[in-house]
Amino acid sequence: MPKRTDIESILLIGSGPIVIGQACEFDYSGTQACRILGAEGYRVILVNSNPATIMTDPDFADRTYVEPLDVDVLAAIVERERPDAVLPTLGGQTGLNLGLALADNGVLDAFGAELIGASPEAIRTAENRELFKSAMTEIGLAVPPSGFAYTVDEALKVGDEIGYPVIVRPSFILGGSGTGIAADADELEGIATVGLAASPITEILIERSIAGWKEYELEVMRDHADNCVVVCSIENLDPMGVHTGDSITVAPAQTLSDVEYQHMRDAAFACIRRIGVDTGGSNIQFAVDPTNGDMVVIEMNPRVSRSSALASKATGYPIAKIAARLAVGYTLDEIPNDITRCTPASFEPTIDYVVTKVPRWAFEKFPGSSDALGTRMQSVGEAMAIGRTFPESLQKGLRSLEHGRWGLNCDPGEAASDGWDDDELVRRAAIATPDRPFHLETALRRGISVDRLHEVTRVDPWFLDQIAAITEERAHLSAIGFDAMDRREWRRAKRLGFADAQLAWLWGVEESAVRARRLAAGVATTFKTVDTCGAEFESATPYHYSTYEDTDETVAAGAGTVVILGSGPNRIGQGIEFDYCCVHASFALRDAGYETVMVNCNPETVSTDYDTSDRLYFEPLTPEDVLNVLEAENRSGRLTGVIVSLGGQTPLKLAHGIEAAGYPILGTSPASIDEAEDRERWNSLCERLGIPQPAGGTATGYSEALEVATRVGYPVLMRPSYVLGGRAMEIVYDDDGLARAMTELEMFGSLGREGGLSAGRPVLVDRFLEDAIEVDVDAVRDSSGEVVIGGVMEHVEEAGVHSGDSACVIPPPTLVRATVELMETHTRAIAAALEVCGPLNVQYAVTNVGSRRTGDDPEPKVFVIEANPRASRTLPFVAKATGVPLAKVAARVMAGATLAGLREEGLLKPGVSGGHVSVKEAVLPFNRFPDVDTLLGPEMRATGEVMGIDATFGLAFAKSQRAAGDRLPEGGTVFFSLAGRDKAGGVVAARRFVELGFSVAATTGTGRELEAHGVPVSLIVAKVGEEGTGGATAVELIAGGDIDLVVNTPRGRGPRADGAYIRRAANVHNVPCLTTIAAALAAAGGIADWARYRLSVRSLQEFHEAGQMRLDV
Amino acid sequence: MSLVRSPTAALLVLADGTLFEGEAVGYEPADGVTTGEVVFNTVLSGYQEVLTDPSYAGQVIAFTYPHIGNYGVTDDDNESRRPHCRGVVVRDLARRPSNWRSSGDLGSWMQHHRLPGIAGIDTRRLTRHIREAGAMPCAFGTADEATLKAAAESEPGTDGVDLVAGVSTTAPYTVGSGPLRVVAYDFGIKTSILRLLGEIAEVEVVPADTPAHELLARPLDGVFLSNGPGDPAAVGYAIETIGDLLGQVPIFGICLGHQLLAAALGGQTYKLPFGHHGGNHPVRRVSDDAVEITSQNHNYAVVAGSLAAADVTHLNLNDGVVEGIRSRDVPAFSVQYHPEAGPGPHDARYLFAEFRALMGRGASRPGPGRV
Repeated sequence: MPKRTDIESILLIGSGPIVIGQACEFDYSGTQACRILGAEGYRVILVNSNPATIMTDPDFADRTYVEPLDVDVLAAIVERERPDAVLPTLGGQTGLNLGLALADNGVLDAFGAELIGASPEAIRTAENRELFKSAMTEIGLAVPPSGFAYTVDEALKVGDEIGYPVIVRPSFILGGSGTGIAADADELEGIATVGLAASPITEILIERSIAGWKEYELEVMRDHADNCVVVCSIENLDPMGVHTGDSITVAPAQTLSDVEYQHMRDAAFACIRRIGVDTGGSNIQFAVDPTNGDMVVIEMNPRVSRSSALASKATGYPIAKIAARLAVGYTLDEIPNDITRCTPASFEPTIDYVVTKVPRWAFEKFPGSSDALGTRMQSVGEAMAIGRTFPESLQKGLRSLEHGRWGLNCDPGEAASDGWDDDELVRRAAIATPDRPFHLETALRRGISVDRLHEVTRVDPWFLDQIAAITEERAHLSAIGFDAMDRREWRRAKRLGFADAQLAWLWGVEESAVRARRLAAGVATTFKTVDTCGAEFESATPYHYSTYEDTDETVAAGAGTVVILGSGPNRIGQGIEFDYCCVHASFALRDAGYETVMVNCNPETVSTDYDTSDRLYFEPLTPEDVLNVLEAENRSGRLTGVIVSLGGQTPLKLAHGIEAAGYPILGTSPASIDEAEDRERWNSLCERLGIPQPAGGTATGYSEALEVATRVGYPVLMRPSYVLGGRAMEIVYDDDGLARAMTELEMFGSLGREGGLSAGRPVLVDRFLEDAIEVDVDAVRDSSGEVVIGGVMEHVEEAGVHSGDSACVIPPPTLVRATVELMETHTRAIAAALEVCGPLNVQYAVTNVGSRRTGDDPEPKVFVIEANPRASRTLPFVAKATGVPLAKVAARVMAGATLAGLREEGLLKPGVSGGHVSVKEAVLPFNRFPDVDTLLGPEMRATGEVMGIDATFGLAFAKSQRAAGDRLPEGGTVFFSLAGRDKAGGVVAARRFVELGFSVAATTGTGRELEAHGVPVSLIVAKVGEEGTGGATAVELIAGGDIDLVVNTPRGRGPRADGAYIRRAANVHNVPCLTTIAAALAAAGGIADWARYRLSVRSLQEFHEAGQMRLDV
Repeated sequence: MSLVRSPTAALLVLADGTLFEGEAVGYEPADGVTTGEVVFNTVLSGYQEVLTDPSYAGQVIAFTYPHIGNYGVTDDDNESRRPHCRGVVVRDLARRPSNWRSSGDLGSWMQHHRLPGIAGIDTRRLTRHIREAGAMPCAFGTADEATLKAAAESEPGTDGVDLVAGVSTTAPYTVGSGPLRVVAYDFGIKTSILRLLGEIAEVEVVPADTPAHELLARPLDGVFLSNGPGDPAAVGYAIETIGDLLGQVPIFGICLGHQLLAAALGGQTYKLPFGHHGGNHPVRRVSDDAVEITSQNHNYAVVAGSLAAADVTHLNLNDGVVEGIRSRDVPAFSVQYHPEAGPGPHDARYLFAEFRALMGRGASRPGPGRV
C-alpha cells in the first residue's frame, strides 16, 4: 500500500537539548524524517528546543517551533497548527513521553490528531516495566526475576525476595539515569532513593542482577503489513553491568552461533509484535548466559534510539528515514534501498567489515566523580570506527576518541600503568572504567592469560584473544625491528590497525620515515565501501572506510571538490554546533556546484549521514587518516581545498600538517589562526589596533605565572592555549591558588592527555575582570575585506562563567547602542588585521555597566578577551535568532564567494532584528554527577543548549529555563544564600521576588543584610553544621520540598563549603538553583512576564518574516 | 623471539588469472593445490552449516564476512556428516573460538575433515570480481602461481556435471517420528530439513536414483525432493522419476528439488551469473504480498514464464528470480530457497506445515498392504 493520503500535516517532536543519554543521534533521525516527509509532500511541523540542531534549520520543515518541550507548549502548538498526525518515535525518550502525554491528556483527540509510529498502548507496554514483563512472559520470553517498588521499604522487601545482587531501574527514564547495582540491603536503600526520585512516576524495577552475562542488541524494523527485518545485531564488549551507552559495542554480533542468533531474532520479532509497534524501528536488548546460552530480554525501545543511529551508520541502512516512511503507510518492500537502488528496503543488511563504537567520557570535567562505569550512562559522546577486522576497528576507534591515545597502547600514554604490579593491574582491569581496554592489553602484554582476564572482567575470551593478536603482533614488530619490515610484515601490521605513529613510537623513528618506508614497500591505504550487502550488488552511494587490502574502491573526484573535516566525537565544549556548521557548509557548497567530501567519525551526527555530502569517509580525525583521505581525493589532482575551521579544535589542529603536505586550506590561513592564538602576536595586534585587553601574560611555570600575577594583580584567569570549552580554566585569587593551578596544569593529568604544557602551549594568565558583562560577536569576513556582523550576544552570567555555560541574549538587553557599535568596530578591525576569510568569533568583557547592578551609569569600558577565526559554538543560535544562515555564508566565503555576491544570490539577507528576543541557555549534566558541585565557573561543563524565543526578554528567558528543564516557579519560597560581594545585588533581586509574591528564606548573614535593606525575610535558616539553632537546615528544607527556588552564589570554592551542600541538595531534589545574581534578576523578570502574558508559540519562519509579535495579557 | 606464528604463504588464482595473496589454513594437501568453482556466501553466522551443506559439492566457498570461526564448531550444527565443499576462503580465521556450544576450533575441524582453506584474502575484492565476471573455477594453495593457474584453468566447473551422485546416500535409511510417512529423495539433503520433516512424518531417505515404482509400491503420504549441488540438467534421471510421481502423491521440493520439480512440470532452468548464497534474501509471497527473509544457496534457477502448468508462488525481491512454484493440476509445490534455514532466518518454516496439510488432504496413497 502506498503512502497515506488521509493525512496532510505531521507534527514531529524533537528530543531537545543534548544531555547524557540523549544526544545528536536524534538530530540525525529527526533531520532524516523531516527531509523524507517533506519530500513525500506532507506539511511538516517540527518542535524542538535545541537551536544547535540541523533539523531546526527553517529549511527542513514548513513550520519550525523552537519552543520548550513540555506538554503545555506542545498542546498550544497542536491547537495552533492542527496537525493530522503526531510522530513521536524519532525524538528519543523525550519525544515518546510527550507524544504519550498528549494522547493521555486528550489534546490529540480534542484537535483531531492521531499518534503515528507507535500507539499509546504500545508505548505504555514497552515503557512500563510491569506491563513489559507480563507481556514478555505471555509470549514465553524470559525476563530476569524482578519486582516493582514505589517506596524504599517496598524496594527492600523485593530485594529480600529475589536475592542480591539486584539491579535497580526506574521506570520512564532515559540513559539509565537513577539505575544502579546493589550488593546488599544497605546499598539498595541508597540506590532505591535516587531511583524513585528519577522516575517520573516514582516507580522502580528491582531485578536479579545478571552482571557478567553477554549483552546484545537487535535493531528491528516492522511495517504495517507485519513484515519484520533485523537491520543490525550489536554485541557489547563490556558484559551486562555496564550501560550500553558506556560500553564498547561491536557490530555485527561476534560470538553467537547461528542457532543462537536465529533464536534471538525470533524472540525480537515476537517482542515487537506483542508490544504492538505498528511501524518503524525498535531496539531490543538481550542478555545471554555465557555458560549455557540462557537468554533473557532486558528491554525494548519502541522508537528510534541511539543504537539505531549506530546501526544506520554501521550498515548503511537509513533506519530513521525508513521509519518515517513506514509511519505514513509504506511497506518495506515499497521502499527502495538508497545504496543499491535496485533492491528494496525489505532485506537484512549483511556487512563485510567490523564496526566498533567507543564512548567518550568527560570525567576530567567533574572532579570528585568516580570514573567507574555502571548501569547509569555517563559518556558524553562516542566515536565509531570501521575496519575489516575487530582489531583494526578497535584501534581506529580508540584513536578516534582524541584522548591523546594513538590506538590500543603502543604510544606514550601506555606509561600510565607502568607503576603497577600485575595484581594491581588485574585489580584495575576488573573494574570497568574508560581505561579498561588499555589495561587489558597491558595485562596480556605482561603475559597474564586470557582466561584470568576473562575470569575477572567477564569480557568474552574471543575479544580478549583478538586483543592478544594486537599484543603479539606488537611484540613481533618490536623483535624484528624497523629495518626488517617487508611488504608482508607491513601489511599484517596495518591490517591489525596500527597507526604509523604507533609504529614510529615502537621503533623510536620518525612517523614520516615509517610512512615513507611503508609506501615504498607497496602497502598503501585502500578505501572500501559500506554498501548494506557485502558487495553482492553494485552500490550507488560512496560511503567509505580505510583498510589495508588489495584494491581501492574510490572513484576519481570531480572538479571543484571540497573536503570538510568534521568535529569527531561529541565532548563538552565541542558538540552538535560544529556538526551543524560542517553540514551547512556541505549543503551550501553542494548547492553552489562543488562536490563535497565529509570526513568524520561520530556516528550520532547528520554529517555522517551518507547523503549529506557527495562522499563520506568514516575515519578518525588524525593526521595520518586524514592525509590518506586527501590523497585519495586528490588522485585526479582536482581537489579545490580543505575546510578545517568549522569543526571546532579537532580539524584545526590538523591544519598545519595538511598545509605542509601541500593541500590548500580554504578560508583563513593557518598562520592567521596562530596569530590569534599566539599570545604575544595577539597582544601586539591588539596594541596596534588600539583595542584594550585585560592585562596579562604567558607562563610555562610557577615563577613566570607569579611574575605575571604580581604585575597585573589578583584575581587572575588562568587557561591553557589551544583548548576548547575552557578545559582546565580557573580563576585564582591568591598565590596559593596560583601555585595549585599551575601544578594541576603541569602534571600529567587530564590536560596532559591532550599534550601537556610546553613553550609552544603556555598557560595564559590574565587579570580577571570582576562584575564584567561578557559579550560574544559572530562575524564573517570575505576575501574582498567586507565584514558582516551576524550577531552580538550579551551573556546573562558575568564574565568568569564560561561562555558555553552562560545564558546569552540577542539583542543585548542592557548594553547601550554605542557599546555595541564599538564592539562591532573592533570586530571589523580584528577581522581585517587577521585577514580572516570566513567566520570569526570575538569575545569581549564590558565593565562599568552599572545599570544591571546599582543604577549608577558610568561610561562602559570594552575589553577584548579573545578572537577565534573559526566557527563558534553560537553560529547556529545566531542563525535561528536572526534568520541569517551564517555557517552557509561562511562556507561559501571560504570557497571564494564575496558577501556582495551572496547577497545578490539571495543567500545572505539582512538579519531580522527587533520584534523578538532570543535567549540561549546552557544545559548541564549535574544530575548524572550527584557528588559534583553545580557552581558555574570558567571550565565549561554544559552538554547542550536550548533556546527561548519570545516578544520580551523575560518571556524568552522563562521559556529558556523551561526548555532547560528548570521550570521557574510561579510562587512559593525563594531561598537566598549569598557571597558577601553579591549581597548588594541580592537585595535588588530579593525585592523583586517579594514584589512577585514570593516569600524569602535566607541564611543568617544574607537574611540580616536583606532585612537591613527592607526586604522581609520570612525564615532565617541555619547553616549546615550550625547545630542547636532550632529550625531545619537549608539542606533539610530543600529535601522536604519547602523551597521552590534557590539563589546561592559562591563564597570560596571547595567541597567543604556550605554552599556546596545547598547546591548539591537542590541538584538531587530537582529544585532550580541559580548561582549568579544576574541569573536571579533574569529569572525574576521571566517570572513577572510569564505571570503577565499568556503562553504564546510562534514558528521560526514567522519570526524570520519579521513583524512585531502580539502579546495577549 | 617472535610471538607471531609464521603462517604459510598461499595463493588463490581464478581461472581468468586473477591472483590473491593469503596464507594456508586448515588441511594442507600434499601437492599444495585445491580446486573448485568459487562462490561467495554473505552470511554473518552459520559457517559450519554452510560448510557441511552437500549443495556446495564441487565448490570453494568464500565468506564475505571477515571473521569466520568465532564461535567454534559443534556436531549439532552439521548439515551432513562432513563438509562436501572443496575449500574455504576467508579474510580471518578465528584463533580462539568462544561459545558454550563449541567443542573445538574451525581450523582443527577443517584439518580433521581434510578441508583446505586460505585466509588473509581480500574477500571483498574477490566478491566484486565474481559479481562482475561470474562464478568461475579457481585453485588455491601453497603451490606456485603457474601450477595453480594451470589447475584453475583445467578445473571443469559445475555445468552439466552430476554432482548429486557423489553426495546422495547409497542406501535408504529412516529418521523422524511424525504421524505421516514421507519418502525423501536425497540429492544432498540437509539435516535441518530432516529434523523438520521428522516432526511431521516418519521419513525414509532414499538414494537419488531410486525409481518411482519402488516408492509407489509402499505406503506413503508424500514425497520430498531435497536440495543438492550443481546443475539440475545433469540429473535427468531424477526429473524422469519425478515425472512418474506427479499426481500420484503430494510432492514438496526445496532448492535443487524445486528445480527438478519445475523441470518435470515442463519448465526450464538456467545458471545465474553468481548465484544466491546468503541469509538475507527478501522473497515476496505472491498470495498475500508478505515478505520473507530467506536463506538461499543456488547457482541455477527456474526460467520465469517457462512453466505453463504451475503458478509462481514466490519471487525474489532483489532480482525477480522465481523462488517458488505450485502445480495447478497436481499436489506439488516447491521453493528455491531454504525454509529449513540452517543457517538463516526461520521466516518460511510454515512451508513444512503446508506440506503436512497437503498430505493431510487425503491425497496420500495407500500401499499394497494397506487396503
